[in-house]
Amino acid sequence: MRAEAKLGLILLLTPLLLWLSLLILIPHVDMFLVSLRERIGVGEYRISFANYLTFINEPLYLRTFIRTAVMSTLATMITLLIAFPVSYYIAKIARGRVQSALFLLCLVPFWVSELVRTFGWMILLRETGLISNLLQWAGLVDGPVEMLYNDAAIMVGLVYTSMLFMVVPLVTTLESLPDEVIEAGYDLGGGGGAVMREIVIPHAAPGIVSGCIVVFMLSLGNYLTPIMLGGKDSLWFTELIYSQFIVRFNWELGAAFGFLLLGLSSAIVWGMLKLTGQSLEKTMG
Amino acid sequence: MSPDLECKNLTRRFGDTLAVDNVSFSVPRGSFFSILGPSGCGKTTIMRMIAGFLEPSSGDILIRGKSVVDTPPNKRPVNMVFQHLALFPMMNVADNIGYGLRRAGVAKPEIARKVEEALDRIGLPGIGSRKVNELSGGQKQRVAIARCMVLEPDVLLLDEPLGALDLKLRERLKVELKSLQAAFDTTFVYITHDQSEALVMSDRIAVMNEGRFEQVGSGQDLYYRPDTAFVAGFVGDTNRWSGRIERVSGDEMEMRTDSGMLMRGATHGRSLSEGDRADVFVRPEAIRIAHSAEELAHFDNRITGKVESILFNGAASRILVQDSSASGEIEVNLPQSGEFSGLSRGCEVQIGWSGAQGNCFAAGDA
Amino acid sequence: MKLNCSISIFSVALCTTLSALPASSETLRLLTWGGYAPEDVVAKFEAETGHKVEVTKSNNEEMIAKLRATGGGGFDLAQPSQDRIAGPQEEFGIYKPIDMSKIDTSLFIPSMLEATKGNTTVGSDVYGVPHIWGTSGLVLDTSKAEMVKDYTDLCSDDVAGKVSYRLKRPTLIGFAFAMGLDPFAAYGDEAAYTEIMSQVEAKLIECKPNVKTYWGGGDELMGLLRSGEVVASMAWDTGGWKLNADNPDITFVAPAAGALGWVDTFALPAKGKADEAAYAWINFVMQPEVAAMITAAAGNFTASQGADEFADDDLKARYRASFPPEAIDNIKWYPPVPAGLEAIEGGVLDRVKAAN
Repeated sequence: MRAEAKLGLILLLTPLLLWLSLLILIPHVDMFLVSLRERIGVGEYRISFANYLTFINEPLYLRTFIRTAVMSTLATMITLLIAFPVSYYIAKIARGRVQSALFLLCLVPFWVSELVRTFGWMILLRETGLISNLLQWAGLVDGPVEMLYNDAAIMVGLVYTSMLFMVVPLVTTLESLPDEVIEAGYDLGGGGGAVMREIVIPHAAPGIVSGCIVVFMLSLGNYLTPIMLGGKDSLWFTELIYSQFIVRFNWELGAAFGFLLLGLSSAIVWGMLKLTGQSLEKTMG
Repeated sequence: MSPDLECKNLTRRFGDTLAVDNVSFSVPRGSFFSILGPSGCGKTTIMRMIAGFLEPSSGDILIRGKSVVDTPPNKRPVNMVFQHLALFPMMNVADNIGYGLRRAGVAKPEIARKVEEALDRIGLPGIGSRKVNELSGGQKQRVAIARCMVLEPDVLLLDEPLGALDLKLRERLKVELKSLQAAFDTTFVYITHDQSEALVMSDRIAVMNEGRFEQVGSGQDLYYRPDTAFVAGFVGDTNRWSGRIERVSGDEMEMRTDSGMLMRGATHGRSLSEGDRADVFVRPEAIRIAHSAEELAHFDNRITGKVESILFNGAASRILVQDSSASGEIEVNLPQSGEFSGLSRGCEVQIGWSGAQGNCFAAGDA
Repeated sequence: MKLNCSISIFSVALCTTLSALPASSETLRLLTWGGYAPEDVVAKFEAETGHKVEVTKSNNEEMIAKLRATGGGGFDLAQPSQDRIAGPQEEFGIYKPIDMSKIDTSLFIPSMLEATKGNTTVGSDVYGVPHIWGTSGLVLDTSKAEMVKDYTDLCSDDVAGKVSYRLKRPTLIGFAFAMGLDPFAAYGDEAAYTEIMSQVEAKLIECKPNVKTYWGGGDELMGLLRSGEVVASMAWDTGGWKLNADNPDITFVAPAAGALGWVDTFALPAKGKADEAAYAWINFVMQPEVAAMITAAAGNFTASQGADEFADDDLKARYRASFPPEAIDNIKWYPPVPAGLEAIEGGVLDRVKAAN
């Protein structure tokens, strides 16, 4: 009987273990080993930390790394600032049809691929694009304006792409806050700001943190948006990884970059959890 | 001295529906006032208008003589205990109670002192650092009241706060609420659909139906001297017969029920006339039970019937009697003497009551 | 028993059906550039030989990266440029030698075949035969950027903010030539090449404010030129000719320093499984009529002997307009890239991208 139960457990766990080991563990271990290889001649390698040293010693790589982290953090904060009122409206103020319509509106852009979404922004922002023409027509500017190929355009693209992933956890946590509790906050003398600060935001904290984690990871790992909207000045860390792997044939350095990115995102997520006093179980559960 | 709360011609419409229809009442200082009515009668709407979450379509609300219609909820001298209590789950007990004081800008040590005091008063000293979800139902209830009472409101509104609790606890808390109200000496306005809550605790009760107040009075008034058929039917248990009035002379009247039984009763000053359709209400405890018809000779209504079923409930035991003309079941209280404890299903019994103990209303009232 | 019977009958029937097809029908997994395997050619090939063709579109870098990831597996025939075969082959061993006896050499332009064989020889084995050739140079809106005659003219104030080029190695090479340097001669000398590249780097950084954006894909550049947001760019000849068909002002111009000539080849991945089909494909597409069909689709000429006769007259006219005889002589053909150059170029490209 006991042996049977054990067998059952093993059978149940097998797919999970296979998935974990084949798709997550083994590729990462392999990548890590590759990142420790140093090319010393044609087809000759030895184990060393040379690739990591390259990263530290080349200011360009370090700068791109920091820039990517800072921009992603900024994108996460902007997304939160925009998504919070939207989510609050969807979860607490809109009712019935309006509520589902608004939610759908947040979802619609995700029915097309990221490439198409980014192209959409390019059509709007480019020199001969919609906004530029509109501004000229309104007489606000004299000649065409180029709004693409700068950091602001990257930011717009990142925030737009991440919106849904912030709205969904926020709406879920805000919906779980009874209206009664908000009313009690007002009834006991709280103004709008105090109710928001003392009741709504603390209650939504797990949703805020989980939304921020997802958005941050998505921005950090985004490739298309910074490249296409950022143009000549994009400089995103994923781009460096891509060019090391594909253009430069330098898998060793690319793998090292990949691991650094993994480390960075883990560190920032951990820091965010510590800072807000949340735990991963609480936010993801 | 102006009353603590006064509503004048209060009306609220939602689209085409009239949720509250021209209601006026006043609640004197320090009293316990209940609004009793079935769900959907508009009592919650009144409550939310007083608290400030809804604006009246017309009419005025005065607290200690001052109109508060234009005052936002966080500025009204009214606080509310919500149906599900609405304690703040992200705060501990002391922070919950101190919330309102913090909002009012009271100094920290003062808040701490007041919170301690409030916890003492509700009989839960030293639980300030506990989390809300560690409290029992009764404790939460008391914390919710304390949270309002530290603000010393002129009026405390309570929106069926016992509804979610189990029966035993509810019975205990009824008594506790009443004594808390006495201890705080604050005006309570309590809304409920549970008549026993209203009857036990209130100084005065308003019975509400379809947006209007049917009757406002003490528990005894409502129970023994209902103004309308709705109040007679809604407050307490009762037997009810419909029929047509055959004779009215002075205070006496006779009604023929739809099943053909002739019933005697009293008009109690209500305007009833021959040929009207009417309803007669007789409470189960007004009906006597006897083994022989002679014992009931002094009653003007007498029926012979069979015991249909016995509803044993200790002191409140009843039987259902099927009368011989098969015109329906009559609920009768069993005397507490235990005289009829040997009664079983199918036994023949005599029942009777004095017509003056019934209440008769012209049909259409209800 | 009965079941077994029917199974064996079925398998016999199956064998018969299969043997009706050419002795060995294979699936050819082709790793190539867009336009190099047009649908009509594939259909014709499948009908004539019975082989199936699966086309994967890619570019030089991705081809090498893909083959490297699998050790030369997953594809049966690849089409890298001739200068990108010897280096990766030495380093990663991703190709296998070509058996010249299985190739109908009479279909090729002899000079081109010999040059390609020479450039793709590692040890004593040949790893590539030529297929399509073309150049990269300048694509200009001649009505607005007539003053641009060479790569370095892209940095002139006349076209400020309306310039686009790729941040890839052809740009580095082109600029080096336009600056009077000879990067090809320095291929073997790492120090000299680094020196040349550092000069190019300085020029490109200086030139950066002029650039609207570094283009990534051909479609992106087409859009920029069509809308007039970009009037001068560095690109492939075919791109210029395609735009010329819509707007006669825009065309391909061979720069003064010389257009950069490339030849895309056929190479056999090391773990390819359908060699027979691969050879069949090579010999099939090099027939003049088929080669002309590919020229029509890709816009570039092939190494097929006699295919010119079948080529579209408009295309020939555009070609002649872009390439006067002296410009043809001036084409700089890419020599094989020695392993390790990419690292030097990569650093330059990264720093240019990061510069402000």
